[in-house]
Amino acid sequence: MKKTSSFEFIRILVAIGISLILGFLLTLLLSKDPIHAYKYFLYGPLSKTRRIIEFINNSVPLIFTGLAVSIVFKAEQFNIGAEGQLFIGAVAGTAVAILFPHIQILHIILVFIAAMIAGMLWAAVPGILKSKLNASELVSSLMMNYVAFYLGLYFVNYYLRDKNAGFLVSYKFPKTAWLPYLYRRYHFHYGIIVALVFVVLVWYLLYRTKIGYEIRMIGYNLKFSEAGGINVPNTIFSAQVISGAVAGIAGAIEVTGLYHRFLWQNLPGYGFDGIIVALLARNNPIGVPFAALFLGYLRTGARIMERQSDMSAEMVTVLQAFVILLVTAQAFLSTWKQRMIEKASRKEEEENE
Amino acid sequence: METPILEMRDIVKIYPNGVMANKGVNFKVMPGEIHALLGENGAGKTTLMNILFGLQAPTSGEIFYKGKKVKIASPHDAIRLGIGMVHQHFMLVPSLTVAENIVLGMEPKRGVFFSKEDAYRITKEIGEKYGLEVPPKERVQDLPVGIRQRIEILKTLLRGAELLVLDEPTAVLTPQETEELFDALKKLVSQGKTIIFITHKLREVKEIGDRITVLRNGKNAGEALVKDVTEEDMSRMMVGRDVELIIHKTPSKPGEVILHVENIEYTPPGHNKLLKGISFSVREGEILGIAGVEGNGQRELIEILTGLREGDSGSVKVRGKELFGATPREIRLASVAHIPEDRMARGVAALASIEENLVVDRYFLPPFSKGKFSIDVKKIHENGEKLVKEFGIKAKSSVVPVEMLSGGNIQKVVVAREFTSNAKLIIANQPTRGIDVGATEFIRNRLVDERDRGAAVLLVSADLMEVMQLSDRLIVMYEGEIVGYFDSLDGLTEQELGKYMLGIKKDAPEKIKEAVVS
Ligand SMILES: Nc1ncnc2c1ncn2[C@@H]1O[C@H](COP(=O)(O)OP(=O)(O)O)[C@@H](O)[C@H]1O
Ligand SMILES: [Mg+2]
Repeated sequence: MKKTSSFEFIRILVAIGISLILGFLLTLLLSKDPIHAYKYFLYGPLSKTRRIIEFINNSVPLIFTGLAVSIVFKAEQFNIGAEGQLFIGAVAGTAVAILFPHIQILHIILVFIAAMIAGMLWAAVPGILKSKLNASELVSSLMMNYVAFYLGLYFVNYYLRDKNAGFLVSYKFPKTAWLPYLYRRYHFHYGIIVALVFVVLVWYLLYRTKIGYEIRMIGYNLKFSEAGGINVPNTIFSAQVISGAVAGIAGAIEVTGLYHRFLWQNLPGYGFDGIIVALLARNNPIGVPFAALFLGYLRTGARIMERQSDMSAEMVTVLQAFVILLVTAQAFLSTWKQRMIEKASRKEEEENE
Repeated sequence: METPILEMRDIVKIYPNGVMANKGVNFKVMPGEIHALLGENGAGKTTLMNILFGLQAPTSGEIFYKGKKVKIASPHDAIRLGIGMVHQHFMLVPSLTVAENIVLGMEPKRGVFFSKEDAYRITKEIGEKYGLEVPPKERVQDLPVGIRQRIEILKTLLRGAELLVLDEPTAVLTPQETEELFDALKKLVSQGKTIIFITHKLREVKEIGDRITVLRNGKNAGEALVKDVTEEDMSRMMVGRDVELIIHKTPSKPGEVILHVENIEYTPPGHNKLLKGISFSVREGEILGIAGVEGNGQRELIEILTGLREGDSGSVKVRGKELFGATPREIRLASVAHIPEDRMARGVAALASIEENLVVDRYFLPPFSKGKFSIDVKKIHENGEKLVKEFGIKAKSSVVPVEMLSGGNIQKVVVAREFTSNAKLIIANQPTRGIDVGATEFIRNRLVDERDRGAAVLLVSADLMEVMQLSDRLIVMYEGEIVGYFDSLDGLTEQELGKYMLGIKKDAPEKIKEAVVS
């Protein structure tokens, strides 16, 4: 068991290594000054304090959506609704930030609670549709993303819009609804701390609570769980709703930490990134921050490279695709794995003699 | 000396999960013999034969066929060489006719069209040639297991098999069907075929085998001519010690009725009625057996009793409480334990650890729950270690995932859970199917212990030995009905029971009503 999980880890590292090499080859092909460009890509995020902070801030929403997706994946269910849950969480958070009385501490907490509730409600809809009408959660959670988007924009536009700004943004939040700063310069906000707290919470939820046990067991074997007495539909529903809360708060963190107002004109894409993070972390909450920081690093590196060289940031999408392909391809390194297993079995056999 | 038709040398097979199923096996078969490949479940017999048939690639080792070294990369290669295999689980298409199944993949054509007439003719001819007659025009789904097996054999013969491998062919047959199969096998040998016959039933080996090879734990454990060895010798080779699968069991002392089942009816959507008014009762301190060929409604009945399937009508009372249509959780909380038929599907979560598997019915109750929401992993671990020891589960510790265990040890995990819930009713469905003798003996004895503790036990088993050995009272199911009831098993023979199982014999309704006691 140990052997296979360390194998998974090595496999992911090798996949990342190969992708980075492929990325370099791509840069060689496309850039006039490939060494310069790739250096910015690889070292850029660490080269200045501002960039380190940028890269950490960029990773925060990925940690949340990675956790959200992991919870659902652990139950062997599918969820592409984190995107919409995050968006609607941001809208609900914005509403509370603007409309509620400005009381220190309480205000920001209320913002978070509203975001979580909004995320949960959004996640509950596909769950209810599934249990009442047997509608595919895949389709309905995707639909809910669009509902979140249009409904959210409508709401911001009609009730929260700052008429003095030149484009569709909400009023600026009062200070009581700002996520505090760890370091005032470069907007280094508490998001990363909240995210790490959530890593621990989700870990605790999955491995130390009844509902976590239920989620994991139905993920391992649904029929076994059913025969053992676990209420399978309830558990699936709970997993989706809990996941919705985690995705929802991510939206609130973004608006209260970085922008202090609502300014998204598009779905930000963090929900889909969460799927990548969960895949890389193998749905393990402890692995999620590492995977998210990795992805955040790539993204930031790509943006810096774009600013500093003739390469486009889109390259990172290609790299990402390589990593995912290699990590999910069962056959990748499987002969090697088989040989490792054979060696271990033979050794064990000899020891038993 | 004559050249062997088949020789497998030094075969090693390590599965992707790390299980070393063959550890350097040598296997030699002479032309024209019936060679019994013997071994406990999990010994590696099926693996060895799958390698021969090209279904699994050996990790290392060589195969010689008729003296020549061969490489068998797929069943296609095996068939071309003249090797045929009938698997433990049949691979027929139920909705097609017998003839269509037999010619599948080599359909006779008139022009470009499939010719039914030719298929019927071919089927009839080959059946007559080998004395294995089958009804060419019937659909496979309507035929009994014995006939399906013949179809499988004919399929391989039509493809030119000279060496025929049968993987536990008698496991699903009644005694009568077994006899017919043996007659057919003898006839095949007289026509020059060679047969490899996998089994762990020693009496059968004595009856038709010429030579045996015994595997134990993935290694050779002996080779002999059948006439030179006794059943005891063979059994010692198989398990490496003397085993006496005799269960020490005193007469039952039944108390009050625990389970009362009345008039269960069930028709699966789009099918014929599967359960036609099943009634019986089980008292504390007794084992009620349900015998029958698999597929006569036992599975559905048990699923209805355990809340996994919704029946149409009827009543299921446990200690007076109505539980028809209740959820599995409600039923378990009413003091019912359930050893499911298919342990990998319902008995365990293979990827979860042993200790987590051991609490699926009680993680939410003290001492395993902590407060309203949490579980106490320390208590779960202690419980795991304790039960691993108590039930002799072979594992380094209770945090090992269940998938790393052998079949017998996996089943021990299931019974360790179900026998420690202090249930008033234990429903055991095929509790020892496909596991080694040691584990079988252990589980059967524990089942009797549970009875003596005062539990009511409902035992479903397709293994005649098992139901006859363990049951205090017995019912026989055939086509969704109870066709026989025995309030004592004294003097009941397997032959007699076989007649009920095949639907040849049936008790009068008044007799069957006695299955309900009060
Ligand atoms: N496809 C497989 N993958 C992993 N392990 C397997 C597989 N098939 C069989 N095994 C394991 O190999 C061992 C031998 O199994 P098998 O050859 O089926 O034994 P037998 O037919 O003698 O009962 C068992 O421990 C079994 O769990
Ligand atoms: Mg087998």
